Formats: sequence, C-alpha cells, structure tokens
Amino acid sequence: MSAASASGNVIRKYLPIYFVLIGIFLVEVFLAFRDFSTGSLVVMLLLLALCSASLGLMYFMHLAEERRSLFLTLIPATIFVLLMMNMFWLDSIRLLRMHPPLQ
Amino acid sequence: MNEPVAMGKGEQAVSESEMALHEHGALTEESPYAIPSRKFTMWLFIISDAVTFGAFLFAYGYLRVGTPNWTRPFETGSVINVVLMTIVLITSSLTMLGAVDSAKAGDKPKAMRFLYSTMFLGALFALLHIREWFELFRRGITLSSGLFGQTFFTITGLHLLHVIGGVIAMLVIASKYSSGRLTPSHVETMGLYWHFVDLVWMFVVPLVYLTNFAR
Repeated sequence: MSAASASGNVIRKYLPIYFVLIGIFLVEVFLAFRDFSTGSLVVMLLLLALCSASLGLMYFMHLAEERRSLFLTLIPATIFVLLMMNMFWLDSIRLLRMHPPLQ
Repeated sequence: MNEPVAMGKGEQAVSESEMALHEHGALTEESPYAIPSRKFTMWLFIISDAVTFGAFLFAYGYLRVGTPNWTRPFETGSVINVVLMTIVLITSSLTMLGAVDSAKAGDKPKAMRFLYSTMFLGALFALLHIREWFELFRRGITLSSGLFGQTFFTITGLHLLHVIGGVIAMLVIASKYSSGRLTPSHVETMGLYWHFVDLVWMFVVPLVYLTNFAR
C-alpha cells in the first residue's frame, strides 16, 4: 500500500465514527429543547457525552489498538489521581452546611 | 529524553531522540512490552488534565442543579454557534488522524497539509469562541457576573487556552517535523493531545450550554 493511499484510507476508516459523534451531539441538542427537568437533562446529556468520549478514546486516540501494558500502567495512575481528588469531597460537604460537621 | 544512552569506548553519545530520528537498526529495537515514553507521558498528562476539567465540570453541574434561578443567557443563536464550533472541532480531530497516519506512512507533504488543516480549524474554533464571549460581554455578562459568569468563563476559558496552546504547539511541531528535526511519533503525541481537547469539549457543551434550556 502506498503512503498516499494509506493516509486516504484512515479518513475513510474513521468517517463512520466521525458521523456517529456528530449524530450523538445533534441528539444532545434535540434533547436540550425537549421539556426535561434540569436533573434529568444533565443525566441524559452526560450519558451521551460519555458515549462520545468512549468512541473518541477508543478510535480517535487508538486506545482500542494500544498494548495491554499501557492500560495496565494507566489504570493505577487514574485510580491514584481519582483517590487524591477525594480529598476535596470532605471540604465540599463542609461547604454544603457552611460549617464543619458537628461533633 | 535526550540523555546519552550509548557511551562505550570510542563510541559517540547517542540520545534517544537521535536514535529515533536516524533509526540505527538494533539500537531502536524496542521491547514488545515497552510503552514509548513520549506517548506514556502524554497519557499521564491527559489523565491529570481530565481530572482538572472533571473537577470544574462537577462544580458547575453541582451549582447548576442546585440553583433554581441560574442565569440562562443562551438563545437559539448561541446554540447555532456552538453546533458550528463542535462540528469544526470534531472535524479537526479527523484531519489530525490524517496527519498522524500520513506521518507514520512517511508521506510528509500530506501530513503537513493535514496539520495545517487542523491548525486552521483550531484557530477557527478559537475565533468562534471569542466571538461568542464578546456577544456575552455586550449583554453585560462577564467574569464578575456572579456564579454563572465565574464558572462559565473559567471552564470555557481553560478549554480555549488548551485550544490556543494546542494550535501554537502544533505550529512548532509542524515546522520542526517539516525540517526533519522531529519524528512522526511527535506528531502522534500531538494528536493525542488534540483529541483530548476535542473530548473535553464534548462534556463542556452539554453541561454548560445545553442545560441552559432545561425546564
């Protein structure tokens, strides 16, 4: 396969993903104009955004084709960062009541 | 990654990037289990940056759902602008895929064309974004307009900073790749960053713009 045809193929290969991403986004816009409460709309839109992000991660960022070792190294790093983030939750609960938890 | 890795008697110090650049046969042979350090570093950066955006978006969502009289400044015109911006950014991800693939296939002119297209689309996105900001300024909504102004301009400003930074980085990488000082793996790493910026936007739009129209 020549270099030129290889790079042409990649656009054709990922064009369906591109259209699915745009389709999901248009569904989000459609849902936004329906009569939903804020909470339900946020949940629906975030679920659709998660679908888009998964497609982007797997195909655009080639995570689906990466070596297993990359996954195995990144997963602990992600868990560590998320655990570190939990330090903020305590503070957010305090702010919710605008005072520290009562003894 | 420019530390000398081969320093035997009568040997010249060869950096990892030089090895990659000149492809010295056995020296560049990598373990089947190894993760390229450049790509790995970018993935670690992406994780930490994703958490930063996640924290901001969580805060926005929390305040938005918990505040009944939240400012709703967006009209249909803003949504059309956001649709356009989103299509531009997703298209730029597609052209970036073309750039990475062309660079890997050794087709430098085509990779450069795709890189310039991505930069153009990134710059167009930034211009559309700034135009929207000015529209909000005209209507009196600024960074000091209460919780909405603070959270909206922080989140979209951080994203815009990533886009502008990405376009500048891409310009530097494209010029160095064109002159042969950087390798296709640099273009690939740049691509990872660019797709990440695209992914973040997929969460910013629904949460910040589209919930504006909720009941």
